[in-house]
Amino acid sequence: MQDNLQTSSYKQLEQKSKYKNIFLRWFLYFVLILFASYFIFPLYVMVVTSLKTMEEIRQGTLLTWPSSLNFDSWLVAWGGRGYGAGDTFLRPYFWNSIKMVVPAVFFSTFIGAMTGYVLTKWRFKGDQWVFLFLLFGCFIPFQAILLPMARTLGALGISNSIIGLVLVHTVYGIPFTTLFFRNYYVSVPTELVKAARIDGAGFFKIFFKILLPISAPIIVVTVIWQFTQIWNDFLFGSTFSFGKAAPIQVALNNMVLSSTSVKEYNVDMASAIIAGIPTLIVYVLAGKYFIRGLTSGAVKG
Amino acid sequence: MKTLKIDELSKNFGSTEVLKKINLEIDEGNFLVLLGPSGCGKSTLLNIIAGLETINEGNVYIDDYNVSKVEPKDRNIAMVFQSYALYPSMNVRENMIFGLKQAKVSKEKIEEQLKKVSKFLQVDALLDRKPSQLSGGQRQRVAIGRALVREPRIFLFDEPLSNLDAKLRVEMRREIKKLHQQLKTTVVYVTHDQTEAMSLGTKIAIMNHGVIQQNNSPELIYNKPSNTFVADFIGSPSMNLIKGKLNQKSNKILFTADEANFAIPIISYDFIKASQLEDKEVFFGIRPEHIYFKKSNEDDFEVNLTADLSEYIGHEQIMTFNFANQELLAKFPSTFKIELNKETKLYFDLTQISLFDANSKERI
Repeated sequence: MQDNLQTSSYKQLEQKSKYKNIFLRWFLYFVLILFASYFIFPLYVMVVTSLKTMEEIRQGTLLTWPSSLNFDSWLVAWGGRGYGAGDTFLRPYFWNSIKMVVPAVFFSTFIGAMTGYVLTKWRFKGDQWVFLFLLFGCFIPFQAILLPMARTLGALGISNSIIGLVLVHTVYGIPFTTLFFRNYYVSVPTELVKAARIDGAGFFKIFFKILLPISAPIIVVTVIWQFTQIWNDFLFGSTFSFGKAAPIQVALNNMVLSSTSVKEYNVDMASAIIAGIPTLIVYVLAGKYFIRGLTSGAVKG
Repeated sequence: MKTLKIDELSKNFGSTEVLKKINLEIDEGNFLVLLGPSGCGKSTLLNIIAGLETINEGNVYIDDYNVSKVEPKDRNIAMVFQSYALYPSMNVRENMIFGLKQAKVSKEKIEEQLKKVSKFLQVDALLDRKPSQLSGGQRQRVAIGRALVREPRIFLFDEPLSNLDAKLRVEMRREIKKLHQQLKTTVVYVTHDQTEAMSLGTKIAIMNHGVIQQNNSPELIYNKPSNTFVADFIGSPSMNLIKGKLNQKSNKILFTADEANFAIPIISYDFIKASQLEDKEVFFGIRPEHIYFKKSNEDDFEVNLTADLSEYIGHEQIMTFNFANQELLAKFPSTFKIELNKETKLYFDLTQISLFDANSKERI
């Protein structure tokens, strides 16, 4: 009798907790969907606006789906209208940005990896200080170094050039990349380096043969970080370059702001999306590794 | 010719002295174990022998050749690490031949060595696997293999078994012992595990605070510890050290523990220096396993003690007795029943005792 009572009350409790769980689960989904739509909303407006004609936009229906898919504004944003002066379009600046971002990401990542390697595996007197000062680099407000940098670029004869921008981005990327690689290599057992030294490998061989092959996760993290930073940079681009040498973000700004005639919202939106696509692609391709790299701790054998 | 000789070696990290004037010699084919608690400098000493750590003072000789400033790769040594330190991106084959490739050994020779060693260590079926696909014991074997293929003069082991579970540790310990018996190479082996040290070493150097406390065969370390640190460190449970005084009465030497109303005669004890024993403050050392519940020798010292505590550990039991208000541990087979809080007759084996100066803590 006692047992039966016991079981029935357990059953009740079980039922109760089941309902509670179902409710919580739906509530969770509701909140998640709410926030997701909040974040996706601006992108939605951008995409639909870029696909509308100007007449449609003037009707003031911001949220409606375009009546017909019209890619004209994308073509204009990318390749221009074909008449001479005043026709600004993104294509040349897009390539400018690529030419800037690829070497800058490569060099800053490589130098960061090297520095992180030295700071963890070839410790020297005062290495903590070197690391500390490098960390300060992460906190420098970039506005503060614009003037000295401009002088430096001038002295080197590479102001208003892609090479100049590559240099600036590489230099100011090093603190971040070093931080990433140092923290990653700290968790790699130093015994690996000792073993390699006894095996007769030198400084570079150990780096390239032993450490670099196990650095994939942190390389991905660094590349994504650096790519996003450099691609999206406007401050350095607008300060140290103008005209033909400008990167895409500067060109985008010029395009949208140089309103000689009517504001073409559809072209503006298309341009903004084009300028943002490469970072999106990098995230989609490597995002999986990004999370893994950020969370991965020790390298186990 | 000494295979390895360490001469007046000192090392400090900043202001901390890690090693203080270490002197050590090993003959060809010996298995030297550096044993000590963590932080005693044993791993630093091993790293210095390997050339991975610089020296502040003193020299290291391998085959009478001063290698103090020689690169690790040119010292003709090989090292096995605690974390195995297998290169994660390379498979077993590449791991094992990495050193030979660096040394520009011919392809045929490398292949021959690899074949020989991998067969010997039974890792020949694993050659194409990555370290992450190996079990702990296999990794250990590959790490040893990587050292073996180089045919070094001296093998250095840095706590190679402490990452393994208890069962595997005993297995690998036996394998290392066999390996040494077959190859007869010179080994320097660092550990903090006294069982490992005792079972593997032909010589054990016990270190503490950067000083070698005793460097002897395992038997001498166990039977004749040269100071209270060694006496306390070796053995489980460690040696009983009873504080008291020596008295000399007409050629008879007696030990009286503080607060005790009886004396233990010191017979058949080899004094290092048998002078000024009268009234000397000493520690009387006797191992728990040398206290019996049955008289086995004519000279055994008989005493009545009360047991306070009993610890059952399967094949034996550890009893704690009150010896003139000092703790005394004894080890008996678990079949022998002793009642707590009741006087029991015990016998000290006086041939197995040690005496230490209470001030200098050195053996007398």
